[in-house]
Amino acid sequence: MTVATSTASFRPNAPGRLARLSFGRTIIELRQFFRSPEQVFFTFLLPVLFVVIFSTIFTGDIEGPPGVEKVAFAQYFVPGMIATGIVSATFASLAMTVSLEQHEGLLHRLSGTPLPRSAYFAGKIGLALVTSFLEVILILGIGVAAYGVKLPTEPVKWLVFAAVFFLGVASCSLLGIAYTRLIRTGSSAPAVVQPPYLILQFISGVFLQYSQVPGFLKVVASIFPLKWMVQGYRYVFLPEWIAQDDYGGGWKVEQVFAVLALWLVVSFVLARFFFRWNRGQTG
Amino acid sequence: MTAAAIHAAGVRKRYGDFEALKGVDLDIPAGEVFSLLGPNGAGKTTFVEILEGFRDRTGGEATVLGRDPRDGDAAWRARLGIVPQSSGLFEALTPVEVVRHFATFYPDPLDPERVVGMVGLDEKRNARCKSLSGGQKRRVDLALGIIGNPDLIFLDEPTTGLDPQGRRQIWEVVRNFTSLGKTVLLTTHYLDEAEQLAARVGVIIKGELVEVGSPREIGGRQRATARVSFAARGGLAGKPLPEGLSAHAGNAGLAEIETFEPTRVVAALTAWAASHGEDELPELSITRPSLEDIYLRMIADSEHPA
Repeated sequence: MTVATSTASFRPNAPGRLARLSFGRTIIELRQFFRSPEQVFFTFLLPVLFVVIFSTIFTGDIEGPPGVEKVAFAQYFVPGMIATGIVSATFASLAMTVSLEQHEGLLHRLSGTPLPRSAYFAGKIGLALVTSFLEVILILGIGVAAYGVKLPTEPVKWLVFAAVFFLGVASCSLLGIAYTRLIRTGSSAPAVVQPPYLILQFISGVFLQYSQVPGFLKVVASIFPLKWMVQGYRYVFLPEWIAQDDYGGGWKVEQVFAVLALWLVVSFVLARFFFRWNRGQTG
Repeated sequence: MTAAAIHAAGVRKRYGDFEALKGVDLDIPAGEVFSLLGPNGAGKTTFVEILEGFRDRTGGEATVLGRDPRDGDAAWRARLGIVPQSSGLFEALTPVEVVRHFATFYPDPLDPERVVGMVGLDEKRNARCKSLSGGQKRRVDLALGIIGNPDLIFLDEPTTGLDPQGRRQIWEVVRNFTSLGKTVLLTTHYLDEAEQLAARVGVIIKGELVEVGSPREIGGRQRATARVSFAARGGLAGKPLPEGLSAHAGNAGLAEIETFEPTRVVAALTAWAASHGEDELPELSITRPSLEDIYLRMIADSEHPA
């Protein structure tokens, strides 16, 4: 609980206060999230459902050149689902809930209080971090337990796993916050968010082998973070020869990091300039 | 002289060609309850949002708790309580959770449990906000407006959607606050609410503050005529009125007399009734124009200037 201090000694931007409020916002965001069945379903369970359906339908193996071990479809599919699960829990979820809060006047209400705006965003990113983490654990757990997905053994692969996770969560969360600018009414949010996200999932090779995506669509996919997150996670879970076919001769992990780091900077700038605290308010 | 909690001088707001506020002057001393009246679209909300720091003005000066709302920072916000007109609530949370959460934003908040009780939400303290009725949501709004123990509270139509008992309960909370020397700027459509709570009312019409005064005096109310009405029934039917009085036929067949001296008129009427063998004047009443009558007349005058 709060310690009562006198108004005279009130320092709104004291680091301790910011940390305490950011943590408080994250807790309240999590509580709201897990009490909203539709949010839990769409951002959280839908990717899980996809893993189950796809891994059950496509049971075959991906054949490589002679002499290399085959790869089970689930082993190929699950890393892509982890990547898209993160995008779902960050970009899609935040774009929709933040725009709802904008249009229903919740942000207006918060902005009338001494809550620092940075604490509001910290709470959103805190929520996205926790839900993304749970999502990854869940998808991975199902993959390993039900579909025989093999976990990597090299520590370096786990480091890449963690790095792609943090870069992906941060940049896609900020991108979701910036994206709210394109959503003109609260009820139109799903219609504005879902179609581009769905298209991006297809052309980034989440549901099919990336080598099957036509060349010009690969160019489009390469602009956005999802393709690179998928690539990073496939590097973690798949052998080298898959990359020969799919990613033009190697996993190019450095490129994955470079593009995601760039997106982190770009989405921070976009969020900074495009986000509107008071929608429908002039001035 | 008390320091002004709100000082506005020539506040203007222009949207393109439309002038929403045409230079509003208003001073509200600390500790006063001031009520702003006006038809929809008259500029009330624009004016209040300028004072709250949500909108910028295009002209004039404004000071709220010693600061220009343009540069209001978190320390300034901590001294304000805002009950907006209609805002979404945190549907998945309970009133007590939301109020507790908001309390953490302020340096010196009130006790959340007590505030939930004060606004009459004890029974619903652990219900999800989405299950609350409109009136109960309004109580949560009020709780969030006062939780920070503000020096100045902006109440925008605080009792819309409440039943008469609920309105009285909210009024009680507001009176409690003002008894502690807090300042309140109340916007309302309920004129009885303004009359109940406010020391002064101001009427905004078409972007101008046309009149400011106490609810008893505004619009020349205390100088207006009173109306004495009664039913000329039984022994009084068809009898000529006493010398010097003339009545016109009003609602439901009542005889109505407009007068500046209602006491004298009633005395004359009682004597007149007694002389016709009646010791009661049926349905006798004396009314003065209500705040509502005055207010509606002001609006009508502004639309059809004399």
